[in-house]
Amino acid sequence: MKKTIKCLLSAALLALAPSVSHAQDGVLRLELNKGVIEPMPIALPVFVGADAASNKLAAEVTSVIVSDLIGTGLFREIPAEAHISKVTDFNQAVEFANWKAINAQALVTGAAEKSGDTLKLKFRLHDVFAQTPVGDGVQFSANANDWRRMAHKVADTIYSRLTGEAGYFDSRVVYIAESGGKANRTKRLAVMDYDGANNRYLTDSKSIVLAPRFSPNAREIVYTSYETGEPRVFIMNVDTLKRRALSTAEGMTFAPRFSPNGEKIVMSLAERGNTDIYLVDVASGAKQRLTNSSAIETAPSFSPDGSQIVFESDRGGGQQVYVMSASGGAAKRISNGKGRYGTPVWSPRGDTIAFTKMVDGRFHIGVMRTDGSGEKVLTTSFLDEGPTWSPNGRVIMFFRETSGADGAPALYSVDITGMNLKKIKTPTHGSDPAWSKVLN
Amino acid sequence: MKLMKLTLVAVMALGLAACDKDKGAVDEIPVGGSANGQAGNGTGAGGTAGNTGSVSQSSLDASSIEYFKQTIGDRVLFAVDKTSLTAEGAELLDRQAAWLLGNPGVSVLIEGHADEQGTREYNLALGARRASSVANYLVSKGLPDGQVKTITYGKERPIEVCSSESCYAKNRRAVTVVAGGLGS
Repeated sequence: MKKTIKCLLSAALLALAPSVSHAQDGVLRLELNKGVIEPMPIALPVFVGADAASNKLAAEVTSVIVSDLIGTGLFREIPAEAHISKVTDFNQAVEFANWKAINAQALVTGAAEKSGDTLKLKFRLHDVFAQTPVGDGVQFSANANDWRRMAHKVADTIYSRLTGEAGYFDSRVVYIAESGGKANRTKRLAVMDYDGANNRYLTDSKSIVLAPRFSPNAREIVYTSYETGEPRVFIMNVDTLKRRALSTAEGMTFAPRFSPNGEKIVMSLAERGNTDIYLVDVASGAKQRLTNSSAIETAPSFSPDGSQIVFESDRGGGQQVYVMSASGGAAKRISNGKGRYGTPVWSPRGDTIAFTKMVDGRFHIGVMRTDGSGEKVLTTSFLDEGPTWSPNGRVIMFFRETSGADGAPALYSVDITGMNLKKIKTPTHGSDPAWSKVLN
Repeated sequence: MKLMKLTLVAVMALGLAACDKDKGAVDEIPVGGSANGQAGNGTGAGGTAGNTGSVSQSSLDASSIEYFKQTIGDRVLFAVDKTSLTAEGAELLDRQAAWLLGNPGVSVLIEGHADEQGTREYNLALGARRASSVANYLVSKGLPDGQVKTITYGKERPIEVCSSESCYAKNRRAVTVVAGGLGS
């Protein structure tokens, strides 16, 4: 592909107001670990453009920031019509009384300046009721083509300052774009921004492709393709689209995922009908067998520290979730509720495992602690499958397939609280989403 | 005489027009014939033997792939989450094995499939195991190991699209696809 996306995002602190170092206890903060979260009212007046050309981008940038923040369900936008003050100069003093009057708790003011190919964004976050800035002003500068990423960076900073947790908006999702009827569906690899923007296809529809996953730096994906005639794990560079089979050895391989350092891939290999889990070295292709039973072992996923692997097995009769050391050996069953459990994925925080649960003919996405306790079911439908974690471990994306002859899959996301279930817009049907880390 | 026959085959293949009058001649015509080395992949709905009533009335050449698919039966079905053969499935595979042993030189690809009521990767593994159940059975009946290959499609290639057991039952299948070198 033509461009290696080189996003020169540089963040620079604006030394504007003398650094306001308030006592930490007074900080404006949305507490995410409470049971019910009341969305925080926030005012996001359109960023001030330096000139006419900048104005258009400023409006687009602002709308992406709004969409990111409001889309979390954690914030409520105070519409522009309600604003009493108009922000026309980034450096003017904030009229806090006017924002307080419309009950904005947080206020973002910002400016956009496009000169040549470069776009500069600056913003400040204000605590309206305390009449203080929340953190210092921030400036981002990058190629204007990457304005969406810059907007996501701004939104990530705001989210992070108001929740105390890392943001996740500047991230991508790789998934399977599906077209055609149920009996002759075609599948293509596709990658997009987390919010569905900038959709791009990575393969044509000649071969079945399944379950792609990002490398830790999001530059490569590993997936299953039938291009050689049988299911086989491939690794592809997302920018150049160069791809290769991970291992040329005999046997069908599928269900791949990277290790946290990106050097290994854990996956399933079916040999003479028996599916076990193997660890493959990305550089050399050397492979190490991790499970050795006559049952089905598949869907492995590393713990973020790389020390353990969670996977599913039907060694006890039905599909259940097990944890073992990353070097194999004894495994401990952790799923313990009614029904079958599959597709376990370790959360980036390390303390939770997301899964697909099948019980009484319905499918659910759920989460549990790594010892299997605290199971919480987040969704229910005819067919929900394949959870993937947002980079900060707060949101889960998955796919939901409708039933019947016209049934088709679509991507959804849900908060780990079970709130804020949303459909993600994709140009075609979509399945098997996998979320990247926050981009660099 | 032989020339006559070939001409007739060509006419039939082109128009399927002349066959309703002279039934005797039709019966001698190998429908499908050995030229059709490219077998269906078991994922399409029907046979390839044309669409007129008159052709379906003729008998199939017992060594043709169509005969294998339609008269012997090219697929066995499985119970939910099961990969073991049913008694009925084993009987059908006995007939498949006999036919395959009678047509040396053919190779088979066993496709394992699952219904949509399961997760994707598990269903791939399930399909692999189903295909292997069939392969192992055929090999146990004397088919050379090297002539039997397996592949799994998991839930990726349903032949029936409704979301109820009537469709699921037909999708939980292993299809024996015969390829290449059909007997002379």
